[in-house]
Amino acid sequence: MAEVLSKGVLLAFLSVALGLSAMAKAEGVGDFVQPSSKAASVENCVEPTEYMRRNHFELIRHQRDETVYGGIRGAKHSLSGCVSCHVGYDSQGTPLEIDAEGQFCSSCHDYAAVEMNCFDCHATVPKGEAWNHEVAAVHAHPTGAAPLAATSAER
Amino acid sequence: MKNESEPTNQGRRDFLGAAAGLTAAAVAPGMMLHTVDSEAAAPTGGVSDAHRWGLLVDTSKCADGCTACVDACDQENGLNLQSQPLGDDELKWQNQRATWIRKVKLQDNLTGQVTNLPLMCQHCEHPPCVDVCPTGASFKRADGIVMVDRHTCIGCRYCMMACPYKARSFIHEQVDQKLTRAPRGKGCVESCNLCAHRLDTGDISTACADACSAEGHQALVFGDLKDPTGPLRQALAKKPNRQIRQDLGLNTGVRYAGI
Repeated sequence: MAEVLSKGVLLAFLSVALGLSAMAKAEGVGDFVQPSSKAASVENCVEPTEYMRRNHFELIRHQRDETVYGGIRGAKHSLSGCVSCHVGYDSQGTPLEIDAEGQFCSSCHDYAAVEMNCFDCHATVPKGEAWNHEVAAVHAHPTGAAPLAATSAER
Repeated sequence: MKNESEPTNQGRRDFLGAAAGLTAAAVAPGMMLHTVDSEAAAPTGGVSDAHRWGLLVDTSKCADGCTACVDACDQENGLNLQSQPLGDDELKWQNQRATWIRKVKLQDNLTGQVTNLPLMCQHCEHPPCVDVCPTGASFKRADGIVMVDRHTCIGCRYCMMACPYKARSFIHEQVDQKLTRAPRGKGCVESCNLCAHRLDTGDISTACADACSAEGHQALVFGDLKDPTGPLRQALAKKPNRQIRQDLGLNTGVRYAGI
């Protein structure tokens, strides 16, 4: 009985400590979401924030294989989704590179001293992605032979 | 020994189980997950072998000096964003910059007959580049598109040696500007992917074929090799055509008429 009690006390203490440390961390490390980004206006990321902080790379890596090998694009965990939502904008409305100093990705990665290679190859601002979501529907022409006028305007 | 440790382990399990439950309960409530707008437009269910994408090039319609397909490809896949390294020789740069389509001009020295054709990745059924890749980065998708998984590519360029069509390019320098639809990084090999980003979103077209039609040449027909009623199969049935280096038995997805 005493053993059970002591365990209960220990658990309660642990949970309080966890809660406190989470709060302290959220305040101390700060919220790296850029106020000018689309992400600032939504309540949560595609998964709970705590989960995303710890596991975003797993999600992106999994989605990457789905996209490269399976051709599944524009999905919930896609890197282009991360960029389009989290990219910050300057006062002229020009997107700022997401891996630039002080921007969403790099500010936390710098703090955690974790190197990030995504943007060696991937676009750092949403550019030329409209194809996927909006233009594709307009553009679709099942015969594949009709000439297209709108393509150059898109770029 | 076993009897001694057993009760301890059981207690430990109970504790960890309870702790896990507590954590889950703390995280779960009150979470409203943000949904992605694009999911509504989530295009296709991914690639399947119900299709095999291919092209028919009618060389008799391919105009001398026209580079519409090459330019369209450059724009579509961000190849025009590459910049010449400072102090690099112009000729060397033209040889080294990544190109997914090349215009090739053939001349029969006896008759003087000139043939123009665009040459790109032929999307072989049995691709030599995939055979030789040491890391498995070079692969063929279920729908027949031959691609490079640049997350796995180590840049050995063995595939470039193996390709009979000289279709692949190596990225020698860091590329500053990239398009979201066309990532590009130093040290990887890349080649034509039949505008996979279009196909994956249900747009059955390629930039090169669209540009050729827009120019009025209609020398490129894109379509599904497995659809007997589709535009590609109908065009293939009408015109005598062959594969380049048919003798290699690669069963290419890109066919040529008039050579």
